[in-house]
Amino acid sequence: MSRINEAEVRAEVREWLAANWDPDMSLVEWRSRLADSGWGMPQWPKEWYGRGLPHTLARVVEEELANVGAVGVAKSGVRLLAAATLLEHGSDPQKKKFLRRILTGEDTWCQFFSEPGSGSDLAGATTRADLKGDFWIINGQKVWTTSAHHADHGLLLARTDWDAPKHEGLSYFVIDVKQPGVDVQPLKQMNGHASFNQVFFTDAKVPQENLVGRVGEGWKVAMTTLAHERRGADGLASPSKRGTRVGKIHAEERVETEKANQPYTWYPQRAGRVDLILERAKETGANQDPYTRQEIAKLLILAKSAEWTARRARAAQQQGRPQGPEGSLGKLAASHVARGCSRVHTLITGTEAMLTGKGSARDGIIAEILVSVPAVSIAGGTDEIQRNIVAERVLGLPKEPRFDTGPFRNVRKN
Amino acid sequence: MSATPEAKPESARRIRFAFTDEQEQFRSAVRRFLEDKSPTTEVRRLMATSEGYDPEVWRLLSGDLALPGIHIPERYGGAGFGMVELGIVMEEFGRALLCAPFFSTAVLAANAILNAATEAQKSQLLPDLARGARLGTLAVTEPTGEWDPARITVIATPDGDGYRLDGTKSYVVDGHIADLVVVAARRPGSTGHTGLALFALTGKASGVERGALQSMDPTRKLARIDLRGARAELLGSLEAGAPPLVRTLDQAAIALANEMVGGAQALLDSAVKYSKLRVQFGREIGSFQAIKHKLADLLLEVELAKSAAYCAAQAAAVDDPEWPALASLAKAATSETYLHTAAECIQIHGGIGFTWDNDTHLWFKRAKSSEVFLGHPSYHRELLMQRWGI
Repeated sequence: MSRINEAEVRAEVREWLAANWDPDMSLVEWRSRLADSGWGMPQWPKEWYGRGLPHTLARVVEEELANVGAVGVAKSGVRLLAAATLLEHGSDPQKKKFLRRILTGEDTWCQFFSEPGSGSDLAGATTRADLKGDFWIINGQKVWTTSAHHADHGLLLARTDWDAPKHEGLSYFVIDVKQPGVDVQPLKQMNGHASFNQVFFTDAKVPQENLVGRVGEGWKVAMTTLAHERRGADGLASPSKRGTRVGKIHAEERVETEKANQPYTWYPQRAGRVDLILERAKETGANQDPYTRQEIAKLLILAKSAEWTARRARAAQQQGRPQGPEGSLGKLAASHVARGCSRVHTLITGTEAMLTGKGSARDGIIAEILVSVPAVSIAGGTDEIQRNIVAERVLGLPKEPRFDTGPFRNVRKN
Repeated sequence: MSATPEAKPESARRIRFAFTDEQEQFRSAVRRFLEDKSPTTEVRRLMATSEGYDPEVWRLLSGDLALPGIHIPERYGGAGFGMVELGIVMEEFGRALLCAPFFSTAVLAANAILNAATEAQKSQLLPDLARGARLGTLAVTEPTGEWDPARITVIATPDGDGYRLDGTKSYVVDGHIADLVVVAARRPGSTGHTGLALFALTGKASGVERGALQSMDPTRKLARIDLRGARAELLGSLEAGAPPLVRTLDQAAIALANEMVGGAQALLDSAVKYSKLRVQFGREIGSFQAIKHKLADLLLEVELAKSAAYCAAQAAAVDDPEWPALASLAKAATSETYLHTAAECIQIHGGIGFTWDNDTHLWFKRAKSSEVFLGHPSYHRELLMQRWGI
């Protein structure tokens, strides 16, 4: 049955590509065709730029696109998180207004969730939205916002009811970022890069029709966004595969990818670069020192074990088995590996670890690793939060006693 | 490294990261048997005896379950499975802390014979080990306690159609009860890895003097064996003894690694259970972040160690060229994890954890002795670096 479907889908998409694909079109023109044909997001519903195909067949479509070297719909940044959230909770006018321009890449998006006063405690948001006439008026501050400086729209979690319990007083909005009252500033990190923004809202206006879901359902809607984020729905396009392709479309796509990746230029260093440890040790001769050898071995054992633990989780999933505890531990393991790397890099580099920039170890890469590693155990939920989650959900330990119940107005905050 | 006797098709040579359904069923069967036969009351009873095991339990696990021959080829009377299944048995034994001469007979003696002996010797010696009719062991270390084969000093002198062995072996697992002792010895005047060979010695032969050592972990008995002109049979050929001996020690390290992750899991389970029961300051202690975070970190450590142990067993089973390096990796990783888990388990139990009545010390002692048995973690880390060419 599904075999016949697969052949049919392949034939249909091939025929369509033969008639439509032309690498010398503009990127937007091509993606408009993709969106309207439903081949860009074949797993989406038919009425919203998709074809209602199961994921297995959507993969077949992707293969066929890749076979002719065609680029897909715009996927980088927060675009697909926004799309997934709107598909599930948005009104028809919202879907109509936003979805197509997400796919064509005409609009970029960002996410206003975290706040200076509520990092890991996302539901503790205190940015407020007050209804005045036809508009919600936004006041407050968001932080750790990726790409807000070039985003057109933002997904905003704001408090609309201060007398409801914490999780019930939030609402979810789409906000126009390029309007008065939205002040986007780069947030400089301790490693000197500014991969994120902080954003100040002063009487910024959101029309009523941009409320997503119902008033007070913001947390529920945000969980959809977060679930897609954890599943990696916004995986960055891989330019390496496409770097050699020629034609106007590809050139435009490369520019788009570079812009989307630009905040992440230091990300490859985040895990601490185990690979550089051995190269550096051989360069410096540190691999001859018995103590350093022991420390390198400990790190390699840790990194290998972490890699195999992830593979065990994937293998269990592929066999259709429920994931064991190994599936919940990736982030904690990565954080241990990163710290271990920092320690061993310092051991190998020695006194030179005090220097940065050109002329220092590996022209500053090692220094950058050393000052970037602390981010790993904080970003995406601190190690402490991860440990609580693992302890409560995997080991079944009793929950923390809570002191943030009752009206949010009365909850102690920063 | 040398190839396994049977050449395997390419598809069977890939390392798997999940157990098959059959392997999981086999694990369940072994676990059920141990829950019935090796509760800690039995462990405590047997560790106080001088033999250190229950012959009736040994008969049962050798009979229906056919465990001592699990990895021995069928043509030598075994079940014909491999390192992964042996690893599963070891993990379950480690969890239950079974008192039995399994490691000595199945892991050490049987593998040494499989790796070193001639076809005729294998056919003669292995069936009895496979069906548990004879107990075996391997004698490598000497009173210096070193695991590097280059340090072996026991001398083998040709004597008629056999050899005479002279010297002293120590830290020999179940050496006081083994019917068959495989002894690593060297040709007079030889040094390093040359001149080494393995010999089969009858435990009760003349010129053999055996004495049980008082060991910190009474669930794993150790012995000292003095050899004074004891007659022994050469296994395989003279001079070529180092590779099979190294191979046997690497296989043993993998089996021990799997045993250790079973023990670590048992300790973690016990700590989690206790932290849900014990109430202090009006709350279960498991609701305090100090305990939660400790347990979450232990879970991470135990899962990482399992990955190392499983991966090494899988690599050895498919004869992946990396497997000896992974044997060292797994031994180093799991012994540190096991001991750390044991120490933290005692800590979480508080005062009661330091008493004789609480079972935690049984695993703590196994963890401590396993840390140094077959080589300290730092020895294996150095071996790993050499094997990876770093």
